[in-house]
Formats: sequence, C-alpha cells, structure tokens
Amino acid sequence: MRQIFDIHGGIHPPERKELANPGQVQEMPLPSKLVLPVTQHIGAPARPIVEVGDSVKGGQMIAEAQGPVSVPVHAPSSGTITAIESRAVPHASGLTDTCIEITLDGTDTWVDLKGLDDWRTRPKAELVECIRQAGIAGLGGAGFPTAIKLASDRERGIHTLIINGTECEPYISADDTVMQCYAREIVEGAEILAHMVGAENIILAVEDNKPDAVEAMTKAAEALEIADVVTFPTKYPSGGEKQLIEILFDMQVPSGGIPADIGILCQNPSTAIAVRDALLDGKPLTDRITTVTGMALQKPGNRRVLLGTPIRELLAEAAFDRDAADRVIHGGPMMGFAVTDLDMPLVKITNCVLAPTRTEIPPPQPQQACIRCGMCAEACPASLLPQQLYWYARAKDNEQLERHNLLDCIECGACAYVCPSHIPLVQYYRSAKGAIREAAKEKVRSDNSRTRFEARQERLEREAAAREAKRAARKAAAEARAKSGDDPVQAAIERAKAKKAAQEPKGTEDNAQ
Amino acid sequence: MVETILTNPILLALAALVGMAVVFGALLGFAAVRFEVEGNPLSDQINSILPQTQCGQCGYPGCRPYAEAIAEGDSINKCPPGGEDTIQALANLLDVEPEPLNAEHGVEAEPTVAFIREDECIGCTKCIQACPVDAILGAAKQMHTVIIDECTGCDLCVEPCPVDCIDMIPRKEGIQHWYWPLPDDSSRDNLIATDRGSDKTSESGPKQAAA
Amino acid sequence: MSLMHVSSPHLHKPVTSVEQVMKQVLLATLPGVAVLTWFFGPGTLVNIIFGSMLAMGFEAWALWLRGKDYKSPLKDHSVIVTATLLCIALPPYSPWWLIVVGIGVSVLLGKHAFGGLGYNPFNPAMVGYVVLLVSFPLQMSAWTEPRGVGEVPGLLDAITALFAPASYDGVTAATPLDLFRQNAGMLFDDLMVSKAELAGPIAGIGWDLVNIAFLAGGIWLLRQRIFTWHAPAGMLGALSVCALLGFDEGSSTGGGSVMFHLFSGATMFGAFFIITDPVSSAVSNRGRLIFGAGVGVLVYLIRVNGNYPDAVAFGVLLLNFAAPFIDQYTQPQVYGTKKIEVDE
Repeated sequence: MRQIFDIHGGIHPPERKELANPGQVQEMPLPSKLVLPVTQHIGAPARPIVEVGDSVKGGQMIAEAQGPVSVPVHAPSSGTITAIESRAVPHASGLTDTCIEITLDGTDTWVDLKGLDDWRTRPKAELVECIRQAGIAGLGGAGFPTAIKLASDRERGIHTLIINGTECEPYISADDTVMQCYAREIVEGAEILAHMVGAENIILAVEDNKPDAVEAMTKAAEALEIADVVTFPTKYPSGGEKQLIEILFDMQVPSGGIPADIGILCQNPSTAIAVRDALLDGKPLTDRITTVTGMALQKPGNRRVLLGTPIRELLAEAAFDRDAADRVIHGGPMMGFAVTDLDMPLVKITNCVLAPTRTEIPPPQPQQACIRCGMCAEACPASLLPQQLYWYARAKDNEQLERHNLLDCIECGACAYVCPSHIPLVQYYRSAKGAIREAAKEKVRSDNSRTRFEARQERLEREAAAREAKRAARKAAAEARAKSGDDPVQAAIERAKAKKAAQEPKGTEDNAQ
Repeated sequence: MVETILTNPILLALAALVGMAVVFGALLGFAAVRFEVEGNPLSDQINSILPQTQCGQCGYPGCRPYAEAIAEGDSINKCPPGGEDTIQALANLLDVEPEPLNAEHGVEAEPTVAFIREDECIGCTKCIQACPVDAILGAAKQMHTVIIDECTGCDLCVEPCPVDCIDMIPRKEGIQHWYWPLPDDSSRDNLIATDRGSDKTSESGPKQAAA
Repeated sequence: MSLMHVSSPHLHKPVTSVEQVMKQVLLATLPGVAVLTWFFGPGTLVNIIFGSMLAMGFEAWALWLRGKDYKSPLKDHSVIVTATLLCIALPPYSPWWLIVVGIGVSVLLGKHAFGGLGYNPFNPAMVGYVVLLVSFPLQMSAWTEPRGVGEVPGLLDAITALFAPASYDGVTAATPLDLFRQNAGMLFDDLMVSKAELAGPIAGIGWDLVNIAFLAGGIWLLRQRIFTWHAPAGMLGALSVCALLGFDEGSSTGGGSVMFHLFSGATMFGAFFIITDPVSSAVSNRGRLIFGAGVGVLVYLIRVNGNYPDAVAFGVLLLNFAAPFIDQYTQPQVYGTKKIEVDE
C-alpha cells in the first residue's frame, strides 16, 4: 500500500455527485449551430483561417495557432461559416471576444483522419507537433496548451506522470464518468504521454469517493507495468495539482514554479484521451464529456457535447427550469464562474455546467465585519493567512500582499466557504491580483515612456547644440577674417580695379569677363 | 566656576544638557558630511513612481520637473494620469499623508491613446513636434500615425493639429484588461464620521465595457 | 430577472455566522455562571442581565451616532458577549453605576471608538474592567464570602445591591488571591489551612470549582472548533511553568503552587474566554501560542510581584499591544516557500 500524505487545511462540502449519474455517457443530438471562440486556452488567440461563407467539414482546422503559446481550433462538425465576430465568451467578465460561428448542415461529414501507428519510433518533436495541431489544451479547467507542457526539456527531466482523476469539486462527475467508461483509452494515453516525457512511473490518482472508477482504472492499468492506481481520502481541494503532489509525494512545488521543476507532470484523464485520439486516430479535439447538473434540471447527466454548443441548448436538452434558478455556473460550485448570457458557448475547459435552484444554492448572505476568527487560515491549503490578505487587499497595499504570498493563492475558495461573516474573500484576492498585474504592466509602460522621453530630450539638445556649434563656427570665422584685415568685399573691389587698370592700355578689345 | 556648577543642581543639569547637545550635534554634523549621498536620489525615486505621461497637467513642464518639485516639498496630489495609486505610492515613499487628487489639475480618467483620423491628416508635422515621446510616425507631407504602444495619452498633440483630426480613445477596454472589482461593502464605507458626505466608495478596477 | 453575477465560491458552509459563534460562547459561560451563582448568590446573574440590556442600548446608540443601521448589527450578539464577560469579572453585588460605567467604556470606547465589531485592537471587556479597577478600587475589591464560609445573599439582596447600593448591607471578604498576596510571610502550606476561604480542595472554596466550570465550558468550545487550542494551551502552559519554577517548596517568599495558580482567580476564565477573543489576539496559530504564553507569564509576574491580586486583564491588554508585532514574526510557512535541498 503506497503511503499517502495530507495537505494543510481543506474542507468537506457536500458532494452531490450522484445527481448527474456518473458512469453513463449520454449523447446529444447535433445542435443547429456552433459558436467557437478563438481563445479556449491560456495564451495567444488562434487566428481564423476561414471566411464567412466557407464550407467546413468536421475535424477541419478553422483557426491556426499564433505563436508558441497558442492552440488551433477545429470545426466539430460539418457546415457553413456564418459569422466571425465578437460574441459573448465563457469568461467571468461576461465580455465578448472573437468567435467563429458555424451553422451545421446536419450531415456530420468529416475530413479523412490519419493516425500514427508507429508513434513509438517517431521523434518527440513530431509527436508534440501532432498534439499541438490537434488543438489540445488542458481539459481539467485551466486550458494550458498541452504541447508546451510536453515539449519542455528540463535538466532534471520528468520522472513521474500523474493522471489527475481526483475531481474534488462537488457536483462534477465528468472525470469519474470518463474513468469508468474509457479506462483503457486513458491508460493508452498515459502510456503515450509517459513515453514522450520520459517518465518512469505513472500514477493514476483517484479520490476514494469514486469506487467504480478506481475499479475500472485498476483493471485497465494491469496491462501497463509502470502504472499504479493510488486512492486517497476525499477532501477539497485535493485535486489542485500542487495539493495532489503534496498528497502523493509529501513534496511542495516551489513558489512561482511548476511541477516540472520537481520532475512531475500532471494531466487530466480527458486530456490523456484527447492525446491518444490525436496520435492513434488522428482526431483533433472537437468534443468533450461535460457534467450538466443541478436541481433546476429535469434531466441532468454527463453528456458528450460538441465544442461550441451554446449553453442555452445544453440546458434546454436537460430540461432547464429557468424560473427556478438564480444563477448558472460554468464549472464547479467552488471555482466556477457565474454565467450571465446563456448564449455563451461551451469550450474546451467546460467540465461542468451547473444550474442550481434557489434553495439548493441560496443567494449569498450580506457581508459582515471580519471578526478575525482565523477559520480561513485553518482551511487554506496553501497555508496562507487569508485574513491578512483580506485587510491588505482592502487597503490596496500591494507590497504587503506580495510579501504575504498573494500570488500563491490558488483561488480554491475554501476560506470564503468557512467564513462566518460571509466575506467574499476570493473576490478580494482576484481584484488585488488584477490590480497588481495591471500595475506591473503600467510600470513597464511608464519606464519605457521615460526612456523614450529622455532620449528625445537628448536628441533635441544634440540638434540644438549642433546648430549652436555651426553658428558659433560661422561667427568665429567671420570675426577672424575681419581681424586679419581680410575683408573679402574690399579684396574683390581691388581685384576688379586691378583688372580694369590692366586692361586699359591694351585698348577696347576685351571687356573684363 | 566649576565648583559653583557642580554644587548647584540646576546649573549642573543645564551644563549636562548643553554638553550632550554639543556632543550629539557634532556627531550628526560629522555624519551629514561623511555619509552624504551624491546628487538627489529622492527625485529619481519620485520620478520612477510618476506615470511619465509628460502631459504638464501638474503645472510643470514634464514629470521630472514635478518630481524635483516634490522633492523640494511640493504637494503630491497634482498628477491626474497617476491618480490615486500614484498619490498613495508617493505618500508611502515620502512618509506623508495621502491627499485626494487636486481637482484644479484635472480628474482621474481612463488611460487613453491618441488616434489620427488618416482621411483628414494633412501631413503638417505639428503633432510630431509636440509629442514628448516621439510616438507619432510620419514626415512632412507624409501620412502621420500614432504608435499605440508608445503613446502615453498626454494629449499634447490634439491642440496643435490644424484640422483637429486627433481623437483620444480609451486604452484599457476589453477582456484582456478586465479584473474583478472589490466587493461592495457597506460595513466598510463611512467607517468614521468624516467619511460621511464624501464620495468614498468601494468600487475600483477599470471601467468594464458592457457585455 | 437576469442571472446573478457573483464571484465563486458559490457554496458556503451551512449554519455558520457571527451570531452562531457568539451564541456558542454564551452557552459555554453557563456552567461557570451557574457555579458562581451557587457559591456567591445571584449577584453575577443579575449583573449579566442588567449589563446585557445596557450594552445593547449603548451599541444601538453608538451605531446611530455613526450613521449606520442600528437594528441588524444587534442580531450578531457580540455586544452581549462583551457584557457577559465583563459582568462575570465584576464583583457580584456591584452598584448600578459601576456597571453603567464599565459597560459604557467597554462598548463605546473599547469597541465603537475603533470602528465597531472586528476593529478593536484591545479586548473591550478588559478595557472596561481595567478602567473600573483603576478608578474604583474599593468597589472592585468588594467580593463576598462563598457558600460554606458565610451566608450567601439572595435574589432580593442582589437587586437591592444593584439599584439601591446605599441600603445594601453586604459582607465583603477576600478572595484566595487577595489572601495569598496579603500573607506573603507565611509558608504556603500553612497559608492554605489558615483561612476558611482557602479550605477548598484545590485553591479556595468556590473559586476552584468556578475555574473547573469555566474549563469545562472552554473545552466544549474547543470541540465545537470555535477557537484552536493554541492560545489557552500557551497561557496555561506558561503559567504552570512559571509557577513550577517559582514554587520553592512553599516557602514564605515563593510563588503559589501550580494548581493554586491554575484554579484560582480568573485563570480558566481568562484562558478560554478572554484571550480567545479573535479580534484582539494574534492571527496565526503559532502567534496565538506566543500570545497566550505572554499572558501566562505576565499573570504570574503580576500576581507574585505586582500590585494587583489578579492580573489577567492587565496581561491581556499588554499582549493586545504586542499582537501586531507577534503577527509580523509568526507568519506560517506558505506552500512552496520552504527552501528544498536538491539531492540527486
């Protein structure tokens, strides 16, 4: 039995996972149109390579990656491009961004797909490029371009690959479903990933509230010697990769660093399947399993959805009672954001759409004064002092915030969950982080402006000095000539007189030229 | 005389204090000379906090003259582009009380950049000469255009333009610049009686474009 | 009706609020108050009821003066806790004006002058107590004889003492700590058998059981996770260590025994109800340990070498001063900030 450790703090919110019947994948009918944002990942937006009016087939690339930290977008089904414009995107702000709209023709015609049978012998760079071209980003919720995670060549190398099937947030059962139904594919994907990064061990991590998934994964992992299934007690937020690494290895990822710094790579089970599909079947990322749940839905469940499906259609298919719900949440109830425009589409990182009733998740209570009870510090998995961060965030004291490690906050929400005064702590930290980020950008900008301004001042002074020098030189030359009695005008007159005098005895033949 | 001082307690105390004052004064004077720092680094530190817009709204011809004035003792609340954050940072640096922005010098507004409407530009170079950071590209009788990444939003180019073809547009809109504002909290506002009636609110963060 | 736009997390721990915490603290004082009432009569209970009503009045007035809503904050019960803690600390048959001054200072000066709930740097009940102790030393030392030593006053006596102090004719007596201070010349063991009041099993009749009752309440609060063990453990631990070091086999000039110090005066009450006030104490657990230890050391020193018989109030206020300093140096090790040795 492998030894496991514990994280600091953590909470035990009610799980409510049975609502969505984990373990069954429900298929959805083709929607009428899909809206695909060009940014469904962390990094530079993809650039559309189609135009309005073009016909596209399923699996066809419709936006290409821009730069190294970017990921392309593919059409999930066949149809016609009907718009490329700003639309509401799944983002906490509710603001808009460039989206490509495809009106589906219903035939679901696909391009020809070709997989790599001999992936074991191909060079790593080729495999990485294949994954990049397949549009794969982290499907656990962060959306980091997977190709970059796999491509890094660190000195110490990666020794362990962790497939993160923890899924610690309440309500969500997408990973649970995927592990129960596609365990073999996950293990295949894990094998590919481990081969690519040179990992010697694979850990398939599952919380102990998912016994069926544990069983399925254990069976599938028997075939692969280096893979082990490890279970551990259920606690939120064990699924955060930093916390998971602490649970499995009692090691901490250095502040400001990434797990690769200590030789570990984490991937979501759905991402592993996407990698497998891309390499073995040549299939790009065009759909995912999403948990659609909440008591305002008559038919909750885990559904295979095409990327770009508007949330409104997803909810309608689940028989959503709009009047019963006060909010719709994209993601889980602890870290997901509230959706205001139901036409927002589902994207690569949408692991859950939650529609609770008013009694299920009551409206937030009004905020009271902080009584400094310290329960937030008890709950924080990063051992921060949320209380102090709260006071400094209110005072906008950026220096003290950084000294108290605000940037190590993973925004899990455990502190706000336990606060007796119902203070929305995470909002304070997000606001402070945003202010710090913007202030840093402004500093770079103003430093640049100052350099430019000083350069300009210098240039103007140089030009003025050059003009001054020229004028002074002319003046000096004139004075020097005047001093030495060398008057050019007088000299010219004398010359003319001399010539005239020289010509007179000769007669009138020639005039002075 | 020493006798009288030693026996009279008042004179003794006086002499002791005067003696200590002389000794410590000499020490301080020595330290002031021996450890003096060249130049005036304070004005450099102040200048690095100011936003470098070079707009002149503070009444000085640029940020460095204002920085030097502050080092001499001028008030810190004259910079509208810097806004409350700059006032706070200056207050922390100089260990003085932060004051609200002096409305005589302007109000805190959204950061902007200049934009030349190219259809109307006549190529006169008057704006190019006015720009304090050389952010306008162009030459005589050639098209002028503003390099957005270099423009500080000082709007010194707007006035010289004879055809009035320059607009100031907001710089920070859109999804990349959005972040959560601080929560509304009535238990926090109006903490003390003097807050009442002032427009202290808890809202902060950039203005967000409507969804 | 449009969809709500609020920040995550969307879930919240059910049934937790400031009111909940305060109610549990009040519940935990019941055993102690009951024992006090048994041994010393209903004086404390009457004071608590009177004081709580006064406190609510003062708080509503203060909130009104500050231009804020004065009805809903009262629901959080925090001022009732302040009043209860102060009244437990006061002598049971104090006159009404003593309580008015005490509660007034606690609520208006100790709490609202600094900004209300959550903003006070000092423990409000202790602020009121110390003001009274220094201003009215006579009334503040008017403790009575416990049951078993003398007659315990009844309810009518209590009300008379409160509202018509001039006509109240009570008998005052010294507490065990008073006696300990006054008879420093005696050997400790002799002292413990000399006076009737000290004849209790551990540290004086009535007082030891009062302390045990507050200890029981405190342990219940610990189990309810209202606070962590660090501050009480720090205080009791430091006090025990000091008493152990200072107890030279009970000579006439030494300190009291460990049990004596732990179970007399306001030790347990202070350890579980005063220093655990979260607003005025340190923030981190390590900080709270140090905070408690500081109070423990000060309590011992002032009891043995200082001018007052009991020292919890002074100890707490002095450590309240030091709390921000303690916070500065006891920040927990944040995830990922420990320097790791690279071993290959």
